Amino acid sequence: MYIVIIGCDRVGSLVANRLSNEGHNVVVIDNDEASFENLSSEFSGFRILGDAGEVEILTQAKIEEAEAVFVTTRKDNLNLMIAQVARNIFDVPCVVARLFDPKREEIFSTFGIKTISPTRMAVEEFFKEIKG
Amino acid sequence: MKVIIIGGGKVVYFLTKTFLSKECQVTIINNNKDDCEWFAKRLKTTVIYGDGSDQKSQEDAAAGGADCLIAMTPADEDNLIACQVADRIFGVPRILALVNNPENVEIFKKLGIKLALSTVEVVSKIIEEKIEFEEITNLIPLAEGKINVTEVELTYKSPVLGTPLKDIDFPKGALLACVIRKDTPIIPRGFTILEEGDKLVLITMPDEYEKVLRLLTGEK
Repeated sequence: MYIVIIGCDRVGSLVANRLSNEGHNVVVIDNDEASFENLSSEFSGFRILGDAGEVEILTQAKIEEAEAVFVTTRKDNLNLMIAQVARNIFDVPCVVARLFDPKREEIFSTFGIKTISPTRMAVEEFFKEIKG
Repeated sequence: MKVIIIGGGKVVYFLTKTFLSKECQVTIINNNKDDCEWFAKRLKTTVIYGDGSDQKSQEDAAAGGADCLIAMTPADEDNLIACQVADRIFGVPRILALVNNPENVEIFKKLGIKLALSTVEVVSKIIEEKIEFEEITNLIPLAEGKINVTEVELTYKSPVLGTPLKDIDFPKGALLACVIRKDTPIIPRGFTILEEGDKLVLITMPDEYEKVLRLLTGEK
């Protein structure tokens, strides 16, 4: 599969490393060059330095050919915007965005974008633990 | 009219003042505490400290009863989400985004925000067209630049002075809507004769724009 990962912090880089290990074609985009240091030495995909909020950077990553896009920058709104551009303008079949603010998940579930909220997941995991 | 403005800086300040002078009710949403205090001390209007793209802040600003929302923060993603929340959750009838990256005008439109303007685009268009013709005193692009309304002042150099309008070979894509002579507007007829100092209000298609300006000003 051809997969574009936007944001190369801990989550983004772990996902990218694993996909690359599994033999997928991966492109990682981040605006901070230092973040690429999170990638493992075996990572065989491409790195693009730039702001994925600019369509030019997304086209550079050939996003229109991507089968899946994972948007995981540190800014929720930026993730939502990039995810919508990927889904609605470049017709990427599978787009997942990370959101820290779980309130925003509801609104954007109606936009055809899958969202993951680590905040909500942490809360749920905690309750699972204490209820044993 | 009830207007919500999301953003900060001098532009928001002056925009709010303009709206207030036109008897509009303005609510500002700003995510910087110091900015909020600055606004609150200087403007007789409601200032909400919060994230404008957050449903809660818009609720506090009574977005459900607003007539218009303007998103003009320095981050386009925040503007987009603020507009989408206003549209989908509160059904604000008129939503305007001022985008920073001119490319985002198209993107916003494709994502459902019909009215997105780029200051860079508007200003650069005005400068480009104005530099060529000094006589242009006003220029408004309408319908996304598909038509222009221009005000041109005729100098002694104009080759059309003294000619009745019916004898001037106007391009098809141009209309002389009004002649302003010494502050008095005149609706032009075929027999109207243009004079030096006349200000012409023109409606033109972009393709014919230069042609008609050259015809009227005599500039090459």
